[in-house]
Amino acid sequence: MKIVVCVKQVPDSAAKVVVENGQVTWGDAPLVINPWDEFAVEAALLQQEAHGGEVIALSMGGESAREALKHALAMGCSQAILVSDPAMAGSDSQAVARVLAAAIQKIGDVDLAFFGKQAIDGDMGVTAAQTARALGWPMLSQVSVIQALDPASKTIRVARSMEEGRQVVEARFPAVVSVGKDIAEPRYPSFMGIRKASRAVIPTWSLADLGMTVPTSVVKWPEITNPPAREVVTEIISGDSPQEIAEKLADKILAEKVL
Amino acid sequence: MSNKVWVYIDQFKGKAHPGSWEALGVGNSLAEKLGGGVTALVFGEGAQDVAAAAFRFGASEVFFTDAPSMADYRPEAYAALISKMVKDVAEVLLFPTTTRGRELAAICSMDLNTGVMPDVIGLEVVDGRVVATRPVYAGKLLTKAVCEATPQIITTRTRAFPAPKEDPARSGTPVRVEPVMAEEQIQTKVVEYAPSGGGVSVSDAAVIVSGGRGVSNNPALTPPAGLDEKQAEIWRAQQGFKLVGELAQVLGGAVGASRAAVDAGYIPYEHQVGQTGKVVSPDLYIACGISGAIQHQAGMRTSKVIVAINKDPEAPIFKLARFGVVGDLFAILPPLTEAMRKRLGK
Repeated sequence: MKIVVCVKQVPDSAAKVVVENGQVTWGDAPLVINPWDEFAVEAALLQQEAHGGEVIALSMGGESAREALKHALAMGCSQAILVSDPAMAGSDSQAVARVLAAAIQKIGDVDLAFFGKQAIDGDMGVTAAQTARALGWPMLSQVSVIQALDPASKTIRVARSMEEGRQVVEARFPAVVSVGKDIAEPRYPSFMGIRKASRAVIPTWSLADLGMTVPTSVVKWPEITNPPAREVVTEIISGDSPQEIAEKLADKILAEKVL
Repeated sequence: MSNKVWVYIDQFKGKAHPGSWEALGVGNSLAEKLGGGVTALVFGEGAQDVAAAAFRFGASEVFFTDAPSMADYRPEAYAALISKMVKDVAEVLLFPTTTRGRELAAICSMDLNTGVMPDVIGLEVVDGRVVATRPVYAGKLLTKAVCEATPQIITTRTRAFPAPKEDPARSGTPVRVEPVMAEEQIQTKVVEYAPSGGGVSVSDAAVIVSGGRGVSNNPALTPPAGLDEKQAEIWRAQQGFKLVGELAQVLGGAVGASRAAVDAGYIPYEHQVGQTGKVVSPDLYIACGISGAIQHQAGMRTSKVIVAINKDPEAPIFKLARFGVVGDLFAILPPLTEAMRKRLGK
């Protein structure tokens, strides 16, 4: 089995992200591997452990994205590749998907490509499906359980979560799989893993290495702002007994006319 | 003359996701500025009822499929037909932001060599093109987005736009279209379907009552004998979530949870509200025993009215709340449920 897992480096979910002088900033909050991608790495490693083969972590981004790749290596991935090219600055998700697809093709003979369901910075949640379409592979999105996988017949059966319930789907490799949080709890990097990751040589591929020119980006972000402050005056409801508080609160809630 | 605005109606097993009608409403307000009416797409097998409903919710033209290969939702087959139909015709292509809508929008954006703006909460038309507003960093920031290619593909966030009124006087004849992919060309097979456990999903709920770590802290309870410490904690939490669930039921709402409660094993992940759960925007959000970490706030801060019940007066959740009760949720919830039951006549 040859498995690729795509990861992204993002500001920590606890970061206070604000716009200052037109620039997005998160103070001294750390950059981390996108939390959803940790589930993807875990899902990929579980399949590799069950069926053999290797897991290659792939990221597109600047130099800082190396840290996300190192985290994936420390969790147990066998190799990591960074796709980095200054010409990709300001790319939209279609352009990123075309580059990731080209990198997956360059890696060659890939059976499955795993993604987290979305990145917590842009909250787009479209890159996995766009990459699948660029590759011409089936898309298995929001997978919560991998029920069966047979490398010999190159088939996979998954349960995917949808609003109304779970749909069980079968497909043949190669395929793209995106996972949510219920797939499996991501492991912590081991001490040995961290040591291995710190020594790992992570190759950098440019667009020229992928044999492509800069894909066109058509989505632009002309303006980014802080959301309007939530204008709320908090009224603390108190009383002599829980019953009295409950009665008062019930009247207050009804007076808001939202029910 | 074809319409410029097209809307995908997210039909599943004969029922349209309510976000579809909101997207149709958005489509009509865009069409007022761009000209023409709105064309709706309803895919499935035997989904004529939904196709007819699309007229009542404001579509001026409806295309539907009635083919066995379209019976189950399969993204490659659905996207191929959408892309074929809208190519060179649509200027704007709308989807509701559902699992399926987002995925189809992504795939169509590649087929049509254009861009996608997912999970949009605001739209305006400037010089004949759409300018979208969408939250990023789980709503910590807002960004404007434009798509310079055509069609401009947009998914509208559920509950961010008003649903149009169903007009029983409106009707039309939906036009049947044939799938573009034959069964043997479709790469996936749906083998089974299991509906979720019932109850209202947090994504669609107008009212959410959520529980956090605090739901396991009822000192008055004695867990049954024979449980280890962790099992006893989960048992306590389940009793706490029972109270949360009873209030949710009286209000016709959904049960939510903080990440802490989900990670501790108190309640399944599908209930999680927050940055790594569901981002929700109900009319009423009641947070019980939730301190309000920034990741949780990111998932619920746009709720219309927020009520917080927490023992700790310093809990950050109170800063967002319209009404706060500093107190024990186990004492407050039962009489609150009773008080609401009385007032709502249930």
